[in-house]
Amino acid sequence: MAGEATKALSNDVLWGGGRSPFSISYGKMMMWFFLVSDALTFSGLLVSYGFARHSTTEAWPIGEEVFRALPFLHGSYPLVYVALMTAILIFSSVTMVLSVEAGHRMDKKGVIKWLFLTVIGGAFFVGSQAWEWSHFIHGGGGYITTPDGGKYWVHNDTHDTHDPANAPGFHLVKARPGHYLLPAEGEHAHVEGAQAKALWDSRVAYIDGANMTRNEYGPPQYANFFFFITGFHGFHVFSGVVINLIVLLMVIRGVFHRRGHYEMVEKAGLYWHFVDLVWVFVFTFFYLL
Amino acid sequence: MERDDIIEYSLDAHHGEEEGRRIRRKIWMVTLLLAVVTTVEVALGAYWKEWMPGSWHLVKWTFVVLTIVKATYIVMTFMHLGDERRNIRAIILLPYALFLLYLVFIAIWESNYIHRVWTEFL
Repeated sequence: MAGEATKALSNDVLWGGGRSPFSISYGKMMMWFFLVSDALTFSGLLVSYGFARHSTTEAWPIGEEVFRALPFLHGSYPLVYVALMTAILIFSSVTMVLSVEAGHRMDKKGVIKWLFLTVIGGAFFVGSQAWEWSHFIHGGGGYITTPDGGKYWVHNDTHDTHDPANAPGFHLVKARPGHYLLPAEGEHAHVEGAQAKALWDSRVAYIDGANMTRNEYGPPQYANFFFFITGFHGFHVFSGVVINLIVLLMVIRGVFHRRGHYEMVEKAGLYWHFVDLVWVFVFTFFYLL
Repeated sequence: MERDDIIEYSLDAHHGEEEGRRIRRKIWMVTLLLAVVTTVEVALGAYWKEWMPGSWHLVKWTFVVLTIVKATYIVMTFMHLGDERRNIRAIILLPYALFLLYLVFIAIWESNYIHRVWTEFL
């Protein structure tokens, strides 16, 4: 039969039916089937994001203009933080594959070392995503719209969003037409003092940060997709960390060494690499394009 | 709790020291490649517009191609799909690829249409 194992296999490794299809273990094959279905879910999310973005007639925010902050630092670092998160996830994927490799040599110490680093990397990624969400939700000060259709970014020294007009250093910056996040150019773009206060008092709406109904970055769908896609992925990372942690504890207790093979590490590894793989696509289609 | 009733089999569940060194070298090479590609992507995203204004469409396609390159290396090397049998590879990749091509095609086609409706008739 095509695709069936051609090597002579000992009876105790065969599936229930007395054969071993594709020379792959039952567990690994089912993990692959699960990953394919999960990949379809993520493709559905990313394709619907593309659909929304492509069909819209409004301006759509650009990743490098939205995500440009770093923790503890001021200034503009477009996409540096997301790139850092990507690097962390890719490196935790590398430690995972090294752990699998050590498992093939029955090197228990090696498996523990690399799997431990994988768990740490995953935890760092989840933490980074929490910071990113917090930053996205709180926003950069927000903007107001005026009755004549103008749009002004709100700035003050203390990042006060409850009563920004009375905070020190309050001023407005006119938004660049057709752009979501960039300021207009030229001297007239900056509005200060009484003129700024008058514009503030005449505001139609003040939108700061992000929630499910509106956000300062772009159309409501933009934030919705951000929360849904990165949230769904973040949940996968979180469960991956938990699975890796459980497998790590089992490795330390010597369960797999007694069993004679480290295939459980390999299966957990498949899931972990998949999480990394999905992030590669989220990074491109949500942040870069 | 240890379970003895689960019997698992994998064709390459074990390898020796020599084979291990070769595999580790390959892993680090792929790591280097992934890191370089990601760095290039971020640099293009941040500076392309200053270097070559007006060619944003080209950089988008570059991103898509680089992403597929990265994905191929992750799936084939890190997930060891390249070491599995040809048939299981086909079973996993082909139905998915087929469905996805259709999904992407229909999404682009329909969103183009909706965009046109909104701009021309509303």
